[in-house]
Amino acid sequence: MDYVRKVAAIIEKDIAAELHTREMISAMLVFSALATLIFSFALDLRGELAEAAAPGVLWSTIAFAGTLGLSRSMAREKETGCIDGLLLAPVDRTAIFFGKAVGNLLFMSVVEVALLPLFSVLFDVGLMRARILVVLVLGTVGYAAVGTLLAAIAVNTRAREVMLPVLLLPLAVPVLIAAVRATGALLEGAALSQAAGWIRILVVYDLVIVAVSLLTFGYVVEE
Amino acid sequence: MKRDKDNQRPTNDLIGLLLAGASGVLIITALGMVFLYAPRELTMGDVQRIFYFHVASAWVGFFGFFVTFLAGVVYLTEGGRRWDILGLSSVEVGLTFIIMTVVTGMLWARPVWGTYWTWEPRLTISAVQLLIYVAYAMLRGSIEGAEREARFAAVYGIVAFVTVPLSWFAIRWWRTIHPDILTGGEGMAVTPRMIQTLIVSILAFTALYGTLLRQRIRLECSRDRFTRLRLQLERKLSAY
Amino acid sequence: MIETRGLTKTFGPRTALAGVDLSVDAREFVALVGPNGAGKTTLLRILANLARPTSGSVQIGGLDLAAPSEAARRQIGFLSHRTLLYNDLTAEQNLRFYAQMYDIDPASPRIRRVLERVGLGLRKGDLVQTFSRGMRQRLSVARAVLHEPQVLLLDEPYTGLDPQAVDMVRSLLTELTGAGSTVLLTTHRLGHALTAGQRILVLHHGRVVYDRPGDRVDAASFSATYRTLTQ
Repeated sequence: MDYVRKVAAIIEKDIAAELHTREMISAMLVFSALATLIFSFALDLRGELAEAAAPGVLWSTIAFAGTLGLSRSMAREKETGCIDGLLLAPVDRTAIFFGKAVGNLLFMSVVEVALLPLFSVLFDVGLMRARILVVLVLGTVGYAAVGTLLAAIAVNTRAREVMLPVLLLPLAVPVLIAAVRATGALLEGAALSQAAGWIRILVVYDLVIVAVSLLTFGYVVEE
Repeated sequence: MKRDKDNQRPTNDLIGLLLAGASGVLIITALGMVFLYAPRELTMGDVQRIFYFHVASAWVGFFGFFVTFLAGVVYLTEGGRRWDILGLSSVEVGLTFIIMTVVTGMLWARPVWGTYWTWEPRLTISAVQLLIYVAYAMLRGSIEGAEREARFAAVYGIVAFVTVPLSWFAIRWWRTIHPDILTGGEGMAVTPRMIQTLIVSILAFTALYGTLLRQRIRLECSRDRFTRLRLQLERKLSAY
Repeated sequence: MIETRGLTKTFGPRTALAGVDLSVDAREFVALVGPNGAGKTTLLRILANLARPTSGSVQIGGLDLAAPSEAARRQIGFLSHRTLLYNDLTAEQNLRFYAQMYDIDPASPRIRRVLERVGLGLRKGDLVQTFSRGMRQRLSVARAVLHEPQVLLLDEPYTGLDPQAVDMVRSLLTELTGAGSTVLLTTHRLGHALTAGQRILVLHHGRVVYDRPGDRVDAASFSATYRTLTQ
């Protein structure tokens, strides 16, 4: 139970820090809104085209906004060497991973929750449905997990945050394809069981990626 | 893996020569088979012959990635610069083959389907792998410290490779449900001769991969040796 | 409390530590001096279990650091030249977080006590972002001693501190050794080493080249000795 308590403490710490400054969440929200607008203009999304494009635009926006949050979250640890503080403590490295990953998941979720009504209005699609939330959660879990691992790497490079999208996006292809397809299918009125193939890919991805991240995170943060 | 005493001059590379020889023979055989032995394909004509090189290089590209994955795992669990060298060499050589895959795919697509790019599964997954390879190379170039570079690269190689089969399934499924109007499925009549040619092509390219890999590894070992010697010299000079 | 044997650390072709044999007993107050690049920070990070040696062994409180051990980490307090503090949290929130990481009840009075001890009692609700360099350093010291570690490893603890703060921290450290802790600090200021340390070690090119109890060091000639040693 100590383990869980420490994971919770890390999550709490990230939330508290964010509450004080609010810079990360607001940046992610503003960026998402802007990205959505730009997609709409650039692709001239109206009517049927808007409905068809909605899942793709949604997940693209989430992916890009996500990299902002993931980078920032890790950068906070690196700034003043806090990651050393975590490593010094009698804390399991996987607990550090879970703490950061769940924190990132929460922040991304906040942004997604804000995006859904925006999309529903702009694209005239019924996104506020429980089934779509399932897909959102599954997709975000995988993305946040691999993103946390890669952010820990990226933050230690010369290019820093700029490196993260380069590293992350090719690895997120399965999530993006599956999540967009599943969301699209569900929007057309399919039941969860019909989007089962895509959801299966998401679940497998999540399990595999979390497992690999847990196994390798220690190697990334420890010298 | 060449092992010689740290600072001696490089020995004659017998294995390297053998590999190069084998590759030469196999490639010539493959070329012969592709142009002379394999039949002319019914619907696509001679252009289809690119297919052999396309699939062979795709296989090698993926295999190179797999080797990097294994090298990464061993490096993390056991350590040892030579595993790091294997990983980075395999990426460089694999990258070459993946570029070949994408280019041959495009060359094939144009006459057959009238467009340079189709979202055909193999081409798409090759493009994804290409991007991963490039990301790996960029990552390596962006880290300070050899030990860190090796460690991060190993982790990235492992995580990245694990996503490739998943990407493959996702892309395959996506293309099955939403096939390109242009490509449809793989409408190619396959005969035994074609399969034989394909196998020889794959073997030839794999041998080529082995040859290039060995040379790249030797190059990196030479670099290490050079750095060691230079530092020794610097230390001796600074003692005065 | 601190035992190292044949400790080496190489970064590729570069050698940072070339065989360090160290033995520090409980309640000792050791000052480690050396020029930049001597390997002080590397040594400290290895002792703190933040880095792995290339070869050799380290034992803290009898526990081998090669076997990753939460028990060993609990004994260690570490001060780096980075503050290890979250700028977006208040002083109190920072300490409460670290308390939780060390399995200390966040409601414990220890946090308030240690804040007062470093003179930051009144600023506990302020964001670290608003702190001066000296205040951050003091808070960092508080963080390092919060869990009452048996071994305190401090990398340049007096940097950024005005003379009063230096005295405050020094008396805190002396208190801790009195209470049973072991202190090993590094500094490039010989003056600090001489007044603080019961034992002076000089590190040069990754090796210990001088090791003497403080009372046998002649303050006047020490700087000349130091210069010769670190030629």
